[in-house]
Amino acid sequence: MRKGQYRFVAGFLFVPVALYLIFVIWPYIQTFGYSLTDWKGQSQTFSFVGLDNYKALFQDDVFLEAIWHNILFLIFIPVITILLALFFAFMLNAGGRSRAGGVQGVAGSKFYKIVYFFPQVLSLAILAVLFNAVYRSDGGGLLNGALIKVGLVDAGNPVEWLNEPNVVLWALMVAVIWQGVGFYLVLFSAAMQSIPKDIYEAALIDGASRNQSFFRITLPLLWDTVQTAWVYLGIVAMDMFVLVSSMTQSMGAYGGGPDHHSDVMATVMMRNFLYYGKSGYACAMGVVMLLLTLILSVVTLRATRRERIEF
Amino acid sequence: MGSTEHHGGEGVGRRDLIKRSAALGLVTAPGMSLLSACASGGGGGNSDEGNTKGKTSKDNPFGAKSGSKLDVVVFKGGYGDDYARAWEADFGKKVGITSTHTGTQEITGKLQPRFNAGNPPDIVDDSGAQQIKIDVLYKNNSLLDLSEVLDAPSVDDPGKKVRDTLIPGTLDPGVQEGKVVALNYIYTVWGLWYSGKLFKEKGWTPPKTWDDFLAICQEAKKQGIGGLAHQGKYPYYINVAIMDLIAKKGGIDAVKAIDNLDPKAFTGSDAAQAGIEAIYEVVEKGLLMPGTNGLTHTESQTRWNQYKAAFITCGSWLENEQLKQTPTDFDMKFLPMPLLPGSKMPYEAIRAGSGEPFIIPAKAANLPGAKEFMRRMLSKEWATLFAKEANSLTILQDGVDPSVKLRPGTQSTVEASKAAGSNTFRYLYPDWYSEMDTAIQNASNELMAKRIQPKEWLKRCQAAVDKQAKDPASKKNVHS
Repeated sequence: MRKGQYRFVAGFLFVPVALYLIFVIWPYIQTFGYSLTDWKGQSQTFSFVGLDNYKALFQDDVFLEAIWHNILFLIFIPVITILLALFFAFMLNAGGRSRAGGVQGVAGSKFYKIVYFFPQVLSLAILAVLFNAVYRSDGGGLLNGALIKVGLVDAGNPVEWLNEPNVVLWALMVAVIWQGVGFYLVLFSAAMQSIPKDIYEAALIDGASRNQSFFRITLPLLWDTVQTAWVYLGIVAMDMFVLVSSMTQSMGAYGGGPDHHSDVMATVMMRNFLYYGKSGYACAMGVVMLLLTLILSVVTLRATRRERIEF
Repeated sequence: MGSTEHHGGEGVGRRDLIKRSAALGLVTAPGMSLLSACASGGGGGNSDEGNTKGKTSKDNPFGAKSGSKLDVVVFKGGYGDDYARAWEADFGKKVGITSTHTGTQEITGKLQPRFNAGNPPDIVDDSGAQQIKIDVLYKNNSLLDLSEVLDAPSVDDPGKKVRDTLIPGTLDPGVQEGKVVALNYIYTVWGLWYSGKLFKEKGWTPPKTWDDFLAICQEAKKQGIGGLAHQGKYPYYINVAIMDLIAKKGGIDAVKAIDNLDPKAFTGSDAAQAGIEAIYEVVEKGLLMPGTNGLTHTESQTRWNQYKAAFITCGSWLENEQLKQTPTDFDMKFLPMPLLPGSKMPYEAIRAGSGEPFIIPAKAANLPGAKEFMRRMLSKEWATLFAKEANSLTILQDGVDPSVKLRPGTQSTVEASKAAGSNTFRYLYPDWYSEMDTAIQNASNELMAKRIQPKEWLKRCQAAVDKQAKDPASKKNVHS
């Protein structure tokens, strides 16, 4: 680096870092402070209660169950989304029958790419409205309507998808995955495009099958992208607030029903913060959420570390 | 797409940052004074009346100052906010105070920061799904005691106090620890609703007993119509039916037992058992509108408007909420909850009370103006404006000019409350104990889905009551 360059760079970095400290880190610190009080969220009066909120938290069945739901999302959403996106991306880029020994996608792959990307442009609120119409609990719902027509469901006794303890989490997952696959498909496609064609051609000459060329060539060269996707989807799975609060049975406020079977940490926290007026307690939940998210990020990055392959 | 080689280095940097911020947190936590400039900081002391207080007189008991400003925030839900604009225009004309008007559904989002910072509006209609809970506001000393307004002379008859012109009992839900801190302005009745047209067509008479009610549901089912609809996604609504049955069966004592967190409020209460078993009978016999347990209020009420169910449970805002979806000849009608055998209350008894809490924040900038505004809300002129604009009754006794023609549903509620006379009741626990209310709603949702039996419902509700009773603060609320 030339002389004076450091100062130049530091000058440019100062503003974003300052903003980050003021608007992200400082509120985090405050939240920790509040989590040690019995603050009720509507005024300046509160008293210090030490670690009582944290003690209560680990005996709060609803919150513990909500953590478990987040973990379930964390396991299934990334895995299913990434697998589907990888499969589709591979089919679109290297899965076609080739006539001249080259490598190409299935017929119409350009068109598919555009269609797959559609769900991604919908905001979460729209997604909730759409899937509320799909899962609607009477004959007016898309699923129930179709199943009644086919005769699988009795019209007088339709399935209440979002009011079934064993179905509700899966129903939410389907919505998230449906929306996510298109984006990661495009992401993986872009990464696949950058893989030199001659590697595939060499594999073809050596007699590699489609599966072999996927697992031996495509996946290792895409590993960085998959890792990124995993972290992003992990963040989605740790949140889920919008869909749960706007699709599931009401538990006083912010959804979470039936009987807390779809509550996630964010909905339990908001309910305590605003609806029950237990804001200090909710801040303690926020701190626990922060810790869990940090642990998760570190574990994910560590667990997926690999040698980098240059090409 | 960071390269993975450098993660180690970055990780340490991040971890250090976290360590440091955690350390900072530990330093700041005991010294909470640092936080006073944050989310809960700002504001201090009481509002200064000096610059907004004018001269008091007989027509102006609080000394509202002409030329001052009033900051009004209104929940813009089922009743809209045209009524408030009409009031504000009149207030400007008669008192000379200009109002800034905010109509919103996001009461919490918009006002919580202002309450925390100590610069709240002057008068707020704190309602809707995102209301700031009155009990929470009260516990933080954010609300003005409204006794001064209620003891002032009435606008219509200066010989009377304002509180003596209201329907008896309507101030109760706004009471916290013996003080009226919220004025529940709208007079609401709860119960069942049906279509006059449908009943005439089918030759059904409105049922007075539970057996007749079940018979009509059975009849409806035979003709491919659902019996009872409810807004299942929000179990609040089915609780209206359940709790009304309990109240009418066991009398006012059953209501008080629940409000006062009696150890035998649910388990060991015959009324509670009879009430929940009656509702469970509807579920068991398949007399619910198909799918109703999972529908939102809009979906469910609209299906009912399409003659897909004979009855629906709701409060008297139903007509106004469904204006667009109701066929012109639907002839909406209100029905008191039918009686179980051996009930202590008569059939005419209804859950009636006041809703839509208006509050004056203790730190309002223009307190005299806010008090005067509230005093005028309780005048015949403004109550009539409200009936015209919002199609609903207020807590002012005979507050509507007879020249105003009401819609069929509202008209039938007027008749029902006349018939009920003093036979009205009201549960106060939802206003006092949000968490207990949620637990009871949750239990009802499970029962409606046949996942639990009445016995288990009683157990769960009692557990919620017992949990609430452990909170020392609950000793101060007494339904007497």
